[in-house]
Amino acid sequence: MLGNLINGISLGSIYAIIALGYTMVYGIAKMLNFAHGDVIMVGAYIAFYSISYFGMPALPALLLSIAVCTMLGIIIEKLAYKPLRNATSLAVLITAIGVSYFLQNAALLLWTSNTKVFPNIFANIGAIKIGSVQIAPVTLVTVFANIVIMLVLTLFTSKTKMGKAMRAVSEDKGAATLMGINVDRTISLTFAIGSGLAAIAGVLLCTAYPTLMPTTGAMPGIKAFTAAVFGGIGSIPGAMLGGILLGVIEIFAKAYISTQLSDAIVFAVLIIVLIVKPSGLLGRKINEKV
Amino acid sequence: MKKLDKNAKTAFLNYGLVAVFFVAVEIMMATGVMTNSFKGQLIPIISYVIMALALNLVVGISGELSLGHAGFMSVGAFTGVIVASSLQDSIGASPLRLLIAILAGALTAAIAGIVIGIPVLRLGGDYLAIVTLAFGEIIKNVMNCMYVGVDSKGLHMSLMDANSLGMEPTGRMILNGPMGATGIKKISGFIAGIILLLIVLVIIQNLVGSRTGRAIKAIRDNRIAAEASGLNVTKYRLIAFVTSAAIAGSAGVLYALNYSTVAPKKFDFNTSILVLVFVVLGGIGNMTGAMIAAAVLTVLPEMLRQFQDYRMLVYAIVLIVVMIATNNEKVKALFAKKEKGEAKANG
Amino acid sequence: MADKKTPVLETKHLGIDFGGLTAVDEFNIEVEHGEIKGLIGPNGAGKTTIFNLLTKVYKPSRGMILLDGTDTQGMTPEKVNRAGIARTFQNIRLFDKLTVEENVKIGLHNHINYSSIEGVLRLPRYWSEEKKAHEKALELLDIFEMSDMAGDVAGSLPYGAQRRLEIVRALATEPKLLLLDEPAAGMNPSETEELMNNIRKIRDEFGIAIMLIEHDMKLVMGICENIVVVNFGKIIAKGTPAEIQSNDDVIEAYLGKRKG
Repeated sequence: MLGNLINGISLGSIYAIIALGYTMVYGIAKMLNFAHGDVIMVGAYIAFYSISYFGMPALPALLLSIAVCTMLGIIIEKLAYKPLRNATSLAVLITAIGVSYFLQNAALLLWTSNTKVFPNIFANIGAIKIGSVQIAPVTLVTVFANIVIMLVLTLFTSKTKMGKAMRAVSEDKGAATLMGINVDRTISLTFAIGSGLAAIAGVLLCTAYPTLMPTTGAMPGIKAFTAAVFGGIGSIPGAMLGGILLGVIEIFAKAYISTQLSDAIVFAVLIIVLIVKPSGLLGRKINEKV
Repeated sequence: MKKLDKNAKTAFLNYGLVAVFFVAVEIMMATGVMTNSFKGQLIPIISYVIMALALNLVVGISGELSLGHAGFMSVGAFTGVIVASSLQDSIGASPLRLLIAILAGALTAAIAGIVIGIPVLRLGGDYLAIVTLAFGEIIKNVMNCMYVGVDSKGLHMSLMDANSLGMEPTGRMILNGPMGATGIKKISGFIAGIILLLIVLVIIQNLVGSRTGRAIKAIRDNRIAAEASGLNVTKYRLIAFVTSAAIAGSAGVLYALNYSTVAPKKFDFNTSILVLVFVVLGGIGNMTGAMIAAAVLTVLPEMLRQFQDYRMLVYAIVLIVVMIATNNEKVKALFAKKEKGEAKANG
Repeated sequence: MADKKTPVLETKHLGIDFGGLTAVDEFNIEVEHGEIKGLIGPNGAGKTTIFNLLTKVYKPSRGMILLDGTDTQGMTPEKVNRAGIARTFQNIRLFDKLTVEENVKIGLHNHINYSSIEGVLRLPRYWSEEKKAHEKALELLDIFEMSDMAGDVAGSLPYGAQRRLEIVRALATEPKLLLLDEPAAGMNPSETEELMNNIRKIRDEFGIAIMLIEHDMKLVMGICENIVVVNFGKIIAKGTPAEIQSNDDVIEAYLGKRKG
């Protein structure tokens, strides 16, 4: 029971970090960045090759992975989404699907469909025992990383000039422009941060669940989006709360109901949330301008 | 009145297109130039053409994105297989069995459409895309652990394994978990497919040309103005979505009953994307384009097997490039200029 | 209930707050059947917000809206339209990809009587009702001499024609009260003149009440029987055009605005 709860929180923390990327981009660019999950996969592959092929230590490998994903996020935004700034949401959504599909299939060509076994970067640290429950080091690191990221992001958006600019753009793009905020650069920055976080999530995800293939990011990506909606899309604490709750629900569903049906149960949660409280747990209803 | 004629013209063009396809295939069969591989593809072509029409009703006419149409196809397919298999002994005439299976498949897919459509469509926005995607995954998961068998006592169903069905030894398995439907009696035929396609075309085109279709398009163009004009937005979005789901279900039945085995993973996310590619490449909202794109892209990969690995990558690029080319103001202006220039040169 | 003595629209203590900020407060008006009422005020006074409250695009924070004596509380924009309020929008909202005729037919939508099934099967009712709708749409378009544009795509119309089409579409829903949000915006003086005549014609022919937001004072003073002036979300004056023109508060609100 307690063990499951801890596993759930650990998995949920990964979802939360991914969900942050969705929620920030959604808040600012008002778009659902479908490709976000696949950036996770790219991050994991970069770390995998750095460690397993080039013998890099874990930390530099992680930093390299963050750098690559940040660049990737910025490039995706520039090439695919920026030309569609004034297009319908349908057009943007289809483009995002295209980008997601592109990343998956490019990865398939580049790195083949063979499953890679991700190295255990905490191999020389033993599990920690609390009473009868063993906690893997990756669990502790994940939960800790999640809390730190949350705090830093909250501080960043409320205290720094750039963070405030991000909030202004998410409130009202037109007004933000009039205030002298560079909207394009702010959106670019948001994609950069979200994608950098995706790299961290990718490494943590593959450390906890060490199978890596081109579709590795897709499912966690969709689930993290579910988590973002669950917590209230656009809200940073909402992403954290939604992520952890979703992780716990998934692990409990696996343990007590059915392994095969756990994904179905997680998505059923999404549908129920949308029926009961479409604005999510911590979200707010946005009035459309008429 | 001019516009009305144009709509009617497009509709008849589409019926004509199907007729030409039908005649061409019949001639090829009669003269013996039909290759076996093409013959085997006839039903899949028709199924995907129907899928493209169904998705275009949601994406092009209603302006919403569904990423789970393969899920509706799956629901239809396996319902159809179960119905056709259980009626195998009681109804001898296979066309009648096929008809009942198609109706049953369309009905269950429609019910699935209502269940997810009602909560999601009142929200609008991007939610439909993500929920239909989730729906597709749920269906794949559930079908992967669905065991169905039939014996003298009737149907048995389980989500555990074949043994827990508790069937009589003479019983017959219909669905076998991840292996899917096995031992299907092939009762789909080319003519049945053409008839279904024509019926689907009539339903979609007449719906779009009616007061209902006008309302659906109005909501797509401007939801707030549509509400202010007294339209029930959720109702009309739901009509488009559920009709589309039912049609996708019928396509699934036609498809499944053309093979002796069908696995649930045949109807995965990739299939949903494939159908989206048909719609986007055919020109969103353009039924003729969707049909042609579906037919060509179903045949082409068979002929270009050596490029198999790049196919999906190309599809991804197609989605991005077509969207940017048709929606970016600068690119659009560039095309407009070019067209004007050409018109001048020609005139 | 709908006797002529009950005002077609009556609001009591109507107000709305946006995140603690009061946008409209204590808005009390009565619009009589067949009246043309003007709603004026400086930019940002809350005029469009009032229209959005009346049509339930925004949910009022307090107060009551009575339409022909019936409380509209809990109604959606769609229900409000069916109950008898139609509107146009400040930033034009047409169905851009539909034709002019189809736009009007959306206005007629709830008066076209055949089901989806009848439409798909093209039963006789489809043909007769669509024919009726076609004729009715052209008849309505004739008010603004637009019937020759019936087949054009709405999004491609010139600006003035788009504004007029919005009015026709609203009229097609057979309202008791028509709300026009800056109908003359972007029109030249001769177009405005023509619009004034048409607004009067609509009132006389259809016998409906019209409330309009407008910055063109010549138009407002020329056709409105009564005028309500709002500033900072509150009514500062009510009366006939002559009374309003000599009202000190109004002059100050407008002059103050001009200075700023």
